[in-house]
Amino acid sequence: MPEQYDVIIIGAGVVGSLVARALSRYQLRLLLLEKHSDVAEGTTKANTAIVHAGYDAKPGSNKARLNVAGNRMYDNLCAELDAEFDRCGTFVVALSEEDLVTLGSLYKRGQQNGAAGLRLFNAEETLRHEPSLTKEARGSLYAASGGIVDPFQLGIGAAESAVINGVELMLETEVTGFLFEHNRITGVTTNRGDYYSRWVVIAAGLWADDLMHKAGLDGFAINPRKGEYFVLDRRSSEVVHTVLFPCPTPVSKGIMVTRTVHNNVLLGPNANTIRDKGDLDVSAAGLDEVWSGALKLIPGLAKRDIIRSFAGLRAAGSCDDFVIEIPGDPAGMVVLAGIESPGLTAAPAIAEEVVEMLREAGLELAPNTHFNPERKAVRRFAVLTRREQEALIATDPRYASVVCRCEMVTEGEIAAACHEVIPARTYDGLKRRTRLGSGRCQGAFDLPLVIGIMARELGISPLEITLKGGHSRFLARGTKEVDA
Amino acid sequence: MRLLEADVLVIGSGPAGLAAAYQARVSGAKRVTIIERNREPGGILPQCIHNGFGLRIFGRDLTGPEYAQRWLYQAQEAGVEIMTRTMVQSITPDLRITASGNGTLVDIKAKALILATGCRERPRGALGIPGARPAGIYTAGTAQRLVNIEGYMPGRRFVILGSGDIGMIMARRLTLEGAQVMAMAEILPYVSGLRRNLVQCVRDFDIPLYTSTTITEIRGRERVESVVMSAVDEHWQPIKGTQRELACDTLLLSAGLLPEIELARLAGVKLDPVTGGAMIDERQATNVPDIYAAGNMVHVYDLVDSVSESALRAGCKAAEACSGHEQPCEPLLPLVAGENVHHVVPQYVHIGAPRELIIELRVKLPLEEPAVVQLTAGDKLITSERLRYARPSEMIALRLRPEQYQQIGQAPCLRAAVVRASQIKTRG
Ligand SMILES: Cc1cc2nc3c(=O)[nH]c(=O)nc-3n(C[C@H](O)[C@H](O)[C@H](O)COP(=O)(O)OP(=O)(O)OC[C@H]3O[C@@H](n4cnc5c(N)ncnc54)[C@H](O)[C@@H]3O)c2cc1C
Repeated sequence: MPEQYDVIIIGAGVVGSLVARALSRYQLRLLLLEKHSDVAEGTTKANTAIVHAGYDAKPGSNKARLNVAGNRMYDNLCAELDAEFDRCGTFVVALSEEDLVTLGSLYKRGQQNGAAGLRLFNAEETLRHEPSLTKEARGSLYAASGGIVDPFQLGIGAAESAVINGVELMLETEVTGFLFEHNRITGVTTNRGDYYSRWVVIAAGLWADDLMHKAGLDGFAINPRKGEYFVLDRRSSEVVHTVLFPCPTPVSKGIMVTRTVHNNVLLGPNANTIRDKGDLDVSAAGLDEVWSGALKLIPGLAKRDIIRSFAGLRAAGSCDDFVIEIPGDPAGMVVLAGIESPGLTAAPAIAEEVVEMLREAGLELAPNTHFNPERKAVRRFAVLTRREQEALIATDPRYASVVCRCEMVTEGEIAAACHEVIPARTYDGLKRRTRLGSGRCQGAFDLPLVIGIMARELGISPLEITLKGGHSRFLARGTKEVDA
Repeated sequence: MRLLEADVLVIGSGPAGLAAAYQARVSGAKRVTIIERNREPGGILPQCIHNGFGLRIFGRDLTGPEYAQRWLYQAQEAGVEIMTRTMVQSITPDLRITASGNGTLVDIKAKALILATGCRERPRGALGIPGARPAGIYTAGTAQRLVNIEGYMPGRRFVILGSGDIGMIMARRLTLEGAQVMAMAEILPYVSGLRRNLVQCVRDFDIPLYTSTTITEIRGRERVESVVMSAVDEHWQPIKGTQRELACDTLLLSAGLLPEIELARLAGVKLDPVTGGAMIDERQATNVPDIYAAGNMVHVYDLVDSVSESALRAGCKAAEACSGHEQPCEPLLPLVAGENVHHVVPQYVHIGAPRELIIELRVKLPLEEPAVVQLTAGDKLITSERLRYARPSEMIALRLRPEQYQQIGQAPCLRAAVVRASQIKTRG
């Protein structure tokens, strides 16, 4: 008799990981499968990282309901998961008379959705809060309940918390199909073999439609919509204190200017529908669009502050709302699809909803009395007090060696990240856990050192260290060696 | 925790830091300490295993490690203390410094501080190259460290963007290590590094060099698979139809160096928007009392000898400052860039100080014909010097002697310009 899980969750993005964590509060055998070499490698790592207040979505939609519910859970969740979260407030800025009308209807919609802390500001009040904003600003919709989060720590924290509470996580494990008995799903096939379970949750982000097709569900498609971004150097206080949106258009919330929890400035995203789900390239035209869009809000931006660009893909579904359902045919499956923005905000509420759906569908949920809600991130040496720094150095002298000069990341932190609950196994994984290489030199200084430290900590050759798994190795061979 | 007191504290042990510390000791400072974040002293020099260092100062053609070693011996013999593997974390304008390294935090109180933090390379993000973000994109200096210090080849088939000196030197180095260098692309119509490197590293090794050309796309999801190269017009805009895909697994960036000024900024040092480095006067002093700056963190030099020379000035003045030597009280006059001058250092001079001073500048556009560098005050010519040519890649130095100060009069600033020699004749 093969091993039998109660629930298999496909996809360790923020949604799948929070679902796994929510289910780990009960006595269940849980398996979380992720095709990438790390968790939070999909859309969870490449978005605007805003915890929306909830005035965007149509009243009555899943998006509206779960956005508002998810937003309320953030303080507690981020405290438990040790992820940085700042309820700094958000502004939608009107640049014309027409925009002022839009603000009015957003305000009304927000009230209907139950979004908290909404206020309409005139031009003067708006500029007082954000003095670098264009003088064209006519007014704004302020949302005190809006905020910003560290999506990496949230995603990784959710998965680690799940693992701490008994969820089995398998990385580099891709679900290739389903096992059926009559019209009931009984498990999944993967590149590492078959796994059996009573329930399967599809939380596969951009790939949800492919898996739905494999399960025999047709009629739903994901049309990825790319958003490109610039990241600016950490001098945000001179640019923006909170989150600035322009007035939304039918396809997107527009190109915004926002502070990140680490005090960088983020510009973007634009919105272009593409075909290829693996296409995260940035284009010259796209970046131009982002830059000129951002200038409309903050005219004083300087190109020399740019340190990086990136792109993320919205998992835009063909039906315009989050799909959250148990289809029935085949039985034994929960589908979470089309989880585009505000998916990050809604994720904790989606997870609770999945628990309730499974309970109603008959899964017995006996509380796991050992459930531990706390998870700790790698301690960031740079933000500790003197005394805490000294104490940390006393436990491990490697905390005194700074490896990343821009973000002041120490060797102690790198070593710790390599031995976490879900260890960093790639340079990017390390970066998301420690902020290594995310400053203005973008790793030029630390890379040669980090390759050596990672090789030692992970017990592998420097030649095997990768940027992001797969074939993304940094080094080709030793010097003086001859290629075969 | 460790407590340290120093008369002169030097941050950085490259060619600037070592020379500055040595000179500070020789000029009478008692306790001179260098703080270096790397495992070994020397700054970038230990990885520069090629020759071309020290012709002016030591009269010999040395390699980078040899050049560093000579200064290291001199500094150590003079009694300079060097703390390696130590990173400065903060500096206050009243010269309280915190650092960490070797298993401890260090608090330092210094009477004078010399910033010799060097420069860093412009990374991909700052260059804004579109396309994918795979492994296999390195700055030339990072690749140089991997090859020459760590002993690893970062790839097999290389394309190099930019024709800076490190890029050209790496083109040769990688070829010698059995790699293929497919192309070097430079967006400017001329090479941005030194002529001798163009000849000895690029031409002698048959590296295909494309000027007025840039990389417009990087391809490859996990590792670089190819880059797209395009010709550019005079506004640096890619010309449609000139794209060419080049298969490679690595892209090296050698597209400019930027002064490393994070610590200077923390200390409240004023920065020059053109050089990106610290603003200084003729003593290498910054606007913050008792903080001096030298080497590439002021402006990026072409030759290491000039870096060390700027540091000798800083070392001497820092030593004087902490021994209570009188500070100059002459009026401070701005020195500004005039015709065809990209930037000029120092940015301020004390007029009337009884010493010769050296003015360093770079031109904007190359003049491949006899040229003249001039220093004027209002419409008065203060001094000038003839040059065989003027190239942006080569720094131009001009001496101003004390007797020439008198001609300056009441002019609000000094202006440096570089013009064609022929232009001067016709002006009469
Ligand atoms: C440009 C952009 C901006 C956004 N801004 C915001 C915002 O500001 N606020 C907000 O609330 N939301 C925002 N979002 C939305 C939010 O980022 C997403 O809703 C959220 O990250 C989705 O998480 P997820 O777990 O569903 O998807 P993902 O993070 O993509 O996770 C899915 C995981 O499933 C794995 N997977 C897929 N197929 C398989 C398989 N066959 N086998 C195994 N594993 C598989 C993938 O590898 C991936 O790791 C934005 C999205 C984009 C694109």
